[in-house]
Amino acid sequence: MFDGIIQNIFNALQWGSFYSLIALGYCLVYGVLLLINFAHGDVFMVGAYLAFFLATCLLGAGSLPHWLILALIVPLTMILTSLVGVAIERVAYRPLRRKGANKLYVVITALMCGLILEHANLAIFGASRRSFPTLVDQATINLAGLSVTNLKMAVIVVAFLVFILLELVISKTKIGMAMRAISYDRFAIPLMGIPPENIIVFTFALGSGLAGLAGLLFAMSYPVLDPYMGAMIGWKAFIAAVVGGIGEIRGALVGGFLLGFVEIMAVAFFPSTFRDLIAFTILLLILWKKPTGLFGVSRYQKI
Amino acid sequence: MLLTVEDLHANYGTIEALHGISLHVAEGEIVTLIGANGAGKTTTLHSIMRLPPPEAPKTIKGDIKIQGESILAIPTHDVVRKLHVALVPEGRRIFGNLSVMENLTLATYARNRNDDLEQDLDQVFTLFPRLAERRKQRSELLSGGEQQMLAMGRALMSNCRFILLDEPSMGLAPLLMQELFKAMRQLNEHGMTILLVEQNARVALRFAHRGYVLDTGSIVAEGTSDLLLNDPEVKRAYLGG
Ligand SMILES: Nc1ncnc2c1ncn2[C@@H]1O[C@H](COP(=O)(O)OP(=O)(O)OP(=O)(O)O)[C@@H](O)[C@H]1O
Ligand SMILES: [Mg+2]
Repeated sequence: MFDGIIQNIFNALQWGSFYSLIALGYCLVYGVLLLINFAHGDVFMVGAYLAFFLATCLLGAGSLPHWLILALIVPLTMILTSLVGVAIERVAYRPLRRKGANKLYVVITALMCGLILEHANLAIFGASRRSFPTLVDQATINLAGLSVTNLKMAVIVVAFLVFILLELVISKTKIGMAMRAISYDRFAIPLMGIPPENIIVFTFALGSGLAGLAGLLFAMSYPVLDPYMGAMIGWKAFIAAVVGGIGEIRGALVGGFLLGFVEIMAVAFFPSTFRDLIAFTILLLILWKKPTGLFGVSRYQKI
Repeated sequence: MLLTVEDLHANYGTIEALHGISLHVAEGEIVTLIGANGAGKTTTLHSIMRLPPPEAPKTIKGDIKIQGESILAIPTHDVVRKLHVALVPEGRRIFGNLSVMENLTLATYARNRNDDLEQDLDQVFTLFPRLAERRKQRSELLSGGEQQMLAMGRALMSNCRFILLDEPSMGLAPLLMQELFKAMRQLNEHGMTILLVEQNARVALRFAHRGYVLDTGSIVAEGTSDLLLNDPEVKRAYLGG
């Protein structure tokens, strides 16, 4: 019984880590552009696939030790996924922004970009699912009497490290200051000698890189990939970001973990088909009580 | 000539806000641009800064030159970074969610040489000691006057030699206004060129060397401050008789 609760808590933390890592991407882009990047869930999917191809290639390349492969695919996946995010920004969003397009068109464009990623994947690689190769042998580690698998622990630790690093970047570096500043007032940014496009590109790179990392961790934990894997988890992470208060880093973190816990607890006490119904209902109630999200301030109109 | 504006027409979509104005500012000068609400003063400054729409005109005709070189193709951040021109915008537009110090730091973002940074920070804090006291404070909690000082301090941190000020005295108590003008005078004595936009024409003309009077998109009078202060038309329309 006790062990069951502990396992549930670890599961919740693990899923919370996935949601939070993805939610951060929505949150960063929203903070800078007031745009909800609906393609972001599919960027996560692309990250998982990139990790899959990198891992398969490197495994096929010969006798590289698994730890080295892992050490290579973490940064490579993040960098390549960043490039995908930046490319979407360049090709799809920037031209609309330059032309001063209405918000609605930008949101529709974002949705379309996501669908294009899904269906490009489907068209190129087919509908068959792929299974992610095993890079790390599952093992159970004991922590002060609590047992947890090494992978689960790694996901949770990585997520927390990412938040600490991100918080440092946002609060201490000049580019972090610029990201906060641009979310407050876009107008004065170039007057500080800062090219706004640089901040925007950096934000997309950062958010997409984190989605890539989430994709890799997810693929290692649940090694079955399909083109639609980003859709549902993307929506959920987006909702988590909104519930936390979109535009606030802490909001993405708390929202993501909250969703993780609500889902796991729902499954613990109800049939598993009830999971999403219960989770979304609870999130709806939170938004109903606090429409700006848990950490949000109602400074801007939100979509 | 540091700044030359030649026959500048500015359009916001269908509305023409400037109908061919020409003006110039020499190195080390204090020049003021005065005029009633909606005359086109902000439009002029935003055009010079090459700000993008919607805050600046969609299209402009004519030419804007810094030291004889046209800047029409130069983006705003390079006008600031490479040409060392800064704007203290109307309504201050400080980053309210950042601290005082962060606002000042952000303005150094694009400086290539950081060696005289400390010196500039000292200069800002000497000009505006209140900012030094409140350096950790979230800047939207500053009083209006302090926010104006921060907006000026921020411009100075960008390492500018030419500063455009858009109604810096707006909403300030007389005492604070004096303090601000004193600071601007000191800057000018250290070589800063100033283009000042003001609605309070009397104060502006007493402060500046020369002035231009803008009326619904056209310059209707120009000359030394003494000349304008004694011009019967200007007196009647802008100085209250
Ligand atoms: N962003 C904008 N979009 C459309 N029209 C504008 C914009 N900004 C100014 N205008 C118009 O251009 C004209 C000049 O405005 P501008 O702001 O330059 O005047 P101003 O002299 O700065 O006035 P004030 O003293 O009130 O600040 C006005 O008719 C104004 O309505
Ligand atoms: Mg104005």
